[in-house]
Amino acid sequence: MEILLFGITREIVGSATLKVHPEQPIQTVGALKAWLAKQYPAIGKLSSLAVAVDSEYAEDTQALAPGQEVALIPPVSGG
Amino acid sequence: MLIKIVEEVDLQEAYHYLQDPAAGGIDLFVGTVRNNAQGKHVVKLVFEAYAPMALKEMQKLAAAAQQQWPIEKLVMLHAVGEKLVGEPVVIIGVASAHREAAFTASRFLIDELKKTVPIWKKEFYEDNSVWVNAHP
Repeated sequence: MEILLFGITREIVGSATLKVHPEQPIQTVGALKAWLAKQYPAIGKLSSLAVAVDSEYAEDTQALAPGQEVALIPPVSGG
Repeated sequence: MLIKIVEEVDLQEAYHYLQDPAAGGIDLFVGTVRNNAQGKHVVKLVFEAYAPMALKEMQKLAAAAQQQWPIEKLVMLHAVGEKLVGEPVVIIGVASAHREAAFTASRFLIDELKKTVPIWKKEFYEDNSVWVNAHP
């Protein structure tokens, strides 16, 4: 699975995309967040973290499937 | 409606688009780069967007505004890239028959944009820089 990164998450990881190859497949948005916070403690320290699936905000229970566009959405600050 | 993520927001483009014979009021909000934040001197801001999703979220807000108020025309423009003090960053515009709807809908659009649209700004001070809102 490849994840798009923006803002502070892009800087924490050091790249605009992250290829995820966990030992166990990550099946939900919530599991992905937990895995990321473990791999990158700085991500766990953000005020909030949302995940977008196919450019829509996703609930933690949403299932992840191959072919989806997955992106991390750190706290927004437009305007 | 005119909804775009651009390198430079254009006030003339927004005003031109909003003109409408049925409108008795055109409300325009321009968000600009302020020279200070949390007591620190701001040198510049850098904006980044997840453009396809940001456009979708802006379209949702526009649709929600159109449901709530009688709107003739609506504009949401947001800039990305490096912006210096005083430069415009975001333009919200609403044309309506009467001013009350134009004022209220404009305020709704800018307030909600700041909450949900995936755009990020990094503030650069003289000695360091931070992603706004990233940490509690």
